[in-house]
Amino acid sequence: MFKQKNYLALGAVVLVAVLLLSLPTRATVRLKLAVSSWFLPLFGLAGAAQQLPADLADSVLPRRELLKEIDDLRRENQQLKEQQIQSVTIARENDQLRDLLEWQRQSPWKLKLANVVMRDPANWWRTVQIDLGSRDGVQTNMPVLTTEGLVGRVSAVSYVSSQVVIIGDPNCRISALVEDGAHDMGVLSGSDPVDNSLITLTYLTSSANLKPGQSVMTSGLGGVFPKGIPVGKIYDSRPIEYGLAAEARVKLNANLGALEQVWVLYR
Amino acid sequence: MSFFQPILILGFAFVAVFCEAALPAPRHWLGAGIDLLPALMVYTALNASLATVCLLAVLGGVWFDSLSANPLGVTILPLFVTGFAVYFRRELILRDLPFAQVVLGTAASAVVPVLTVLLLLNGGRQPLVGWGSLWQWIVMTAGGAAATPFIFALFEWFGRTLGYRERTEMGFRLDREIQHGKILK
Repeated sequence: MFKQKNYLALGAVVLVAVLLLSLPTRATVRLKLAVSSWFLPLFGLAGAAQQLPADLADSVLPRRELLKEIDDLRRENQQLKEQQIQSVTIARENDQLRDLLEWQRQSPWKLKLANVVMRDPANWWRTVQIDLGSRDGVQTNMPVLTTEGLVGRVSAVSYVSSQVVIIGDPNCRISALVEDGAHDMGVLSGSDPVDNSLITLTYLTSSANLKPGQSVMTSGLGGVFPKGIPVGKIYDSRPIEYGLAAEARVKLNANLGALEQVWVLYR
Repeated sequence: MSFFQPILILGFAFVAVFCEAALPAPRHWLGAGIDLLPALMVYTALNASLATVCLLAVLGGVWFDSLSANPLGVTILPLFVTGFAVYFRRELILRDLPFAQVVLGTAASAVVPVLTVLLLLNGGRQPLVGWGSLWQWIVMTAGGAAATPFIFALFEWFGRTLGYRERTEMGFRLDREIQHGKILK
């Protein structure tokens, strides 16, 4: 009933699975990135196909609308230039004051734009892949953000692409502080498997004075994320462990469900 | 078709894994992605050889894990266990009935994610599991169940298009020829 070829097949598949699972972490990461790069041509095709309707829509846009858009962009560009001049002056003044106080100077952020090319097909992880890799200078643990706020960190890097583990994944824990008078600190950890816009802030002291709407940002502790990257706002809070500690839910600024382009923060 | 069948099945698995990673629509609308590999494994176990079942489990699992944060190889065993169980009893299954296909697709799509998460937990990993996972499991199961008859229909169409056609019998038979005006003695 149970033929020899069945035993052989069962043994072969179990052997392959056990071999792959027992590979060292570095070899596994390299193998995974090598196999995932097989999909890149398909992603290029899919990207081109998605771009086609937008290009067609652009080509039939009336000239009057295009001129209006150019006018708006020029105005916005002018405002941004003025803001940049102001921020350069403020940064210079900040450096001078830091020198006077003999504090270390803050290094400016170097950002590089990346496209999100794929998402984790498994429902129990929160990762995405971006189209920047080691050839672009990306390294593991580099912070990834959008203009709204923090997204996550780079967890694995191949030559042309990188894997980003995003906030809410159990492998992405972030030390954060609440912008209230006391600067209460906690750790951002897991989220609900379905709703990824709310995330839990744990390890808060019971005396934490948390109110909905307070801003949450990275604390700079842990060495991965620099201080001051906005994360979200307090949604609600409750005491835990019989009132000995507290935890809060944070509504994230970045829309993690609709990530298309992200910024990688270089050190 | 026999030569093309494993290639078509593996090609479909590759595209299915790509679609799961590249198309965010099901996750936007339903809160969970739909895995097509268990449904494909049901078709393979009922219609292909054991070698194809093994190849689909290994390659499909490795492709899926390479795009995911899963440890490489963790999806191979759940896929293979499902495929092997169906293959082992395939002579008793009415594979042409859509109802049977849906039932098998439901069972496979329900079992594969549960086994994968159990393997992850057993290996000391911490996957994102909560009450919301129950909803995701229902979506994955229902999605896989709905996809199974379509996969059967698609491969049937492939079989008709790419396979050899059966030689049709001629209506004319020499031994039944009526020869008029001739009496054989």
